[in-house]
Amino acid sequence: MARTVWDSTVGKKTVMAVSGIVMLLYLVAHVIGNLKIFFGAAEFNHYGHWLRTVGEPFMHYEWTLWLVRIVLVVAVVAHAVSAYQLSRRDIKARPSTYVHKKPRASYATRTMRWGGIILGLFIVWHVLDLTTGTVHSGGFQEGHPYQNVVDTFSTWYGNVIYIAAMLALGLHIRHGFWSAAQTLGVGSRTRDRALKTVANVLALLLTAGFIAVPVGVMTGVVS
Amino acid sequence: MKLTLRVWRQKNADAEGAMSTYEVDGISSDMSFLEMLDTLNEELILEGEDPVAFDHDCREGICGACSLVINGDAHGPERTTTCQLHMRSFADGDTIDIEPWRASAFPVIKDLVVDRSALDRIIQAGGYITAPTGAAPEAHAAPVPKPDADFAFEHAECIGCGACVAACPNGAAMLFTSAKVNHLNVLPQGAPERETRVLDMVAQMDEEGFGGCTLTGECATACPKGIPLVSITGMNREWLRAVRKGKR
Ligand code: HEM
Ligand code: SF4
Ligand code: FES
Repeated sequence: MARTVWDSTVGKKTVMAVSGIVMLLYLVAHVIGNLKIFFGAAEFNHYGHWLRTVGEPFMHYEWTLWLVRIVLVVAVVAHAVSAYQLSRRDIKARPSTYVHKKPRASYATRTMRWGGIILGLFIVWHVLDLTTGTVHSGGFQEGHPYQNVVDTFSTWYGNVIYIAAMLALGLHIRHGFWSAAQTLGVGSRTRDRALKTVANVLALLLTAGFIAVPVGVMTGVVS
Repeated sequence: MKLTLRVWRQKNADAEGAMSTYEVDGISSDMSFLEMLDTLNEELILEGEDPVAFDHDCREGICGACSLVINGDAHGPERTTTCQLHMRSFADGDTIDIEPWRASAFPVIKDLVVDRSALDRIIQAGGYITAPTGAAPEAHAAPVPKPDADFAFEHAECIGCGACVAACPNGAAMLFTSAKVNHLNVLPQGAPERETRVLDMVAQMDEEGFGGCTLTGECATACPKGIPLVSITGMNREWLRAVRKGKR
């Protein structure tokens, strides 16, 4: 069964849809957490600490966090590998284009591919910046996420990278959420309107929610 | 009408092709697109040149043989087959680009003719039902609810022309395959092979080198029979159901 799924274009697309939805659910939780930054350093840092103690005493310190991290890494890798393999196959299936070109034909496909690449690079930068601190601007302090976030968004490139990636994310979710519904076979004629609306609302809320943080730092609301 | 045609000419499957330019005059707006090409070919024959090869059969919009990409659109600007497209959709003095279906799974045989037998092999993989042949069975022996009959009929309209593949930026045959799967899977006559049909047809589709679906929707826009994009969703549902049932 696993082979049938992985060897089929329809199956691989299912892997993309499921991993995409796992990441999407994570992002909903992530944006809610991020917005706590507007309530001051104490609340935000406390939340950051809590993330490490979730599930105690059943779980040990940071176990839950690592569990979530593992699920996310699996989701990102499965999603990116499927996207790469499917895209290569698609390009091979249509090697010569028409002399008479129609630009509209591949709009969604192109935004998904380029948007996906932007998101992939962003995820790497984001982890190195705010989780490990490897590429952080000015002394990264473990356990002081509030200050780290303010530092990142006090640089012009931090803001540019972050805002560009969040716009790409919005477009990705806009087509991706509706797309995943079709892949998983839950779309239908009567549900189409509702699915497209939910996709747009989700895309808008997540993009606006994430972008609020750099805008907050830039305008001095968060400092 | 006087028109400038830019037509894809290719001697055979292995030759390099290129666009060639021709002028045609005396075209009536009541002619079909294929009659316009017949006019061009008559002139070419009189001049001792090789006529432009293109596929056609019924010229009634029901066989699915005709297949031209006209100004970048599979079957041209109207939602119909190339044979049912009329020259009134164009204006005097227009330049019209005419190209063959493009997809790795549809190699060009000559000029505008491509080999679409990959679609036949998808049908062979599961686009049939198991039924005794001979006299037609009693119509009421297998009751079919009206909505199911309508749904099956809507999908049975697919004529296998391949415009969906030609229009798809990924050269995917998902719309064609989904039309066949949905048509037979909803009917009691198709029930015995419900799971193997969708698994085998999708596997054959992949095997033929068609691309995957990115839900761009170009296929449904190009389809002369109005097979909707949501048919692909229906096929995905059938496929996942068959996998869950462990039929492969
Ligand atoms: C590693 C970074 C990423 C890459 C390279 C990537 C790439 C892609 C590509 C190319 C597609 C279109 C695939 C197709 O239509 O065949 C896609 C679809 C999708 N992506 Fe991503 N993406 C990434 C990150 C994300 C994230 C962070 C989310 C979370 C919201 C997400 C959610 C989705 C969803 C839900 C789909 C639709 C799946 C389907 O059509 O069934 N992706 N992705
Ligand atoms: S689905 Fe439409 S475009 Fe595709 S083969 Fe059938 S009739 Fe032609
Ligand atoms: S020639 Fe038969 S459908 Fe056009």
